[in-house]
Amino acid sequence: MSYLLAHPAHVIVLAAAHLALVAVALACAFAIALPTGLALARREGLSRVVLALLGALYTIPSLALLALLVEALGLGPVPIFVALVAYAQFVLVRNVLAGVRGVDPAQRDAAIGMGMSAAQRIVRVELPQAFPVILGGVRVAAVTMIALATLGGYVGAGGLGSLIFMGFTLHHNDEILAGSIAVCTLAIAVDASLRLLERLSRAH
Amino acid sequence: MSGASIRFAGVSAHYNGAAASGIDDVDLDVQPGEFIALVGPSGSGKSTLLRTVNRMVRIDRGRIELDGVDTATLDPVIMRRGIGYAIQAVGLFAHMDVAQNIAIVPSLLGWDRARINARVDEMLELVRLDPDRYRHRHPSELSGGEAQRIGVARALAAQPRTLLMDEPFGALDAIVRRTLQRELHEIVQRLGTTTLFVTHDVKEAQRLADRIVVLRAGRIEQAATPADVLARPQSDFVRELFSDE
Repeated sequence: MSYLLAHPAHVIVLAAAHLALVAVALACAFAIALPTGLALARREGLSRVVLALLGALYTIPSLALLALLVEALGLGPVPIFVALVAYAQFVLVRNVLAGVRGVDPAQRDAAIGMGMSAAQRIVRVELPQAFPVILGGVRVAAVTMIALATLGGYVGAGGLGSLIFMGFTLHHNDEILAGSIAVCTLAIAVDASLRLLERLSRAH
Repeated sequence: MSGASIRFAGVSAHYNGAAASGIDDVDLDVQPGEFIALVGPSGSGKSTLLRTVNRMVRIDRGRIELDGVDTATLDPVIMRRGIGYAIQAVGLFAHMDVAQNIAIVPSLLGWDRARINARVDEMLELVRLDPDRYRHRHPSELSGGEAQRIGVARALAAQPRTLLMDEPFGALDAIVRRTLQRELHEIVQRLGTTTLFVTHDVKEAQRLADRIVVLRAGRIEQAATPADVLARPQSDFVRELFSDE
């Protein structure tokens, strides 16, 4: 604990960098997953294939994937960023699919029958109703990514992982502990805020 | 000759080739302001026929004219905004309140806020629900009868000349159904809305319709006034359909 108490500012700076990396990666991951999920929603067979592939990707050990990505992309934030975006796809696409498919068929039928275009139907009816489920996927992805981003410290991407790996190299348990506590705190805080948002969105 | 509001000419449609609920070679002229009940057993194609009008079901052969215009030449999305649509499951949007639900088509048509608000109140009064009490309710706070009243209000909000209804009162209990039938009859008569109404309840058809169209296996068995269908059924099938209860 002494490191955390002695250098709170440094830990906060690292935590901020950590969170920034996750936030940008999550935004990019969502920007890919949302249209993918919407496009797959009416394609039963194809969606099963894509989900199986994303599921397989999800099971690749993160350290192995990161090693491959470093080979291909070099050190720095890029390989961990790519790994984060790739890992998030499974949960995000799955929840977009589940959310949109869960929309009451009568409401979809009414939306078409009253003259909504496909885009209007998605924006005005399907996404608002799928929102809590999609947000649930975002929450799980965010927590996973916060944990995963720790590996960034190993490949020179900064963040709280750098503190943990430095402690590991120097046999300073204090720094490992400080980094771990910070990562957990971050994950719990993000999880709690997104849970709250989810509950509010389900209120109606 | 060209005065028909809806004209079916040799219309055939099949769900992915499954003949059961398809329709075959349907010819029918619906006059402006006329109330047509489509009756027949399940699988007779009555819902299919209804849904060819707003192109929710694609037709394989023939043509459908709305006020003299071949619907195949129209943009289906734009065309649907001019046709009222109400279904048994109502399909009120659960994340919107009553006012927002009723305002759907007017807002798709780009009406301004004030006109939409006035229209919402007017429609609530039309279906006999107090605007101040119901405007901001959510669908989950409505009874089945109230929800279907909102469904009717929503279908009529943009003053469509044509109204399509697919068993709108099928899920309601007998007393509520009777009340809504009476009110609907009065409303569409007052507004002069041409109405196609699918029902499997022949009593309902007799009460509401100017003309009853009996469908059997995708073809029109008989199209006549309720009195004529009863007095001069064209086949045993029609006689039986209307004799039961």
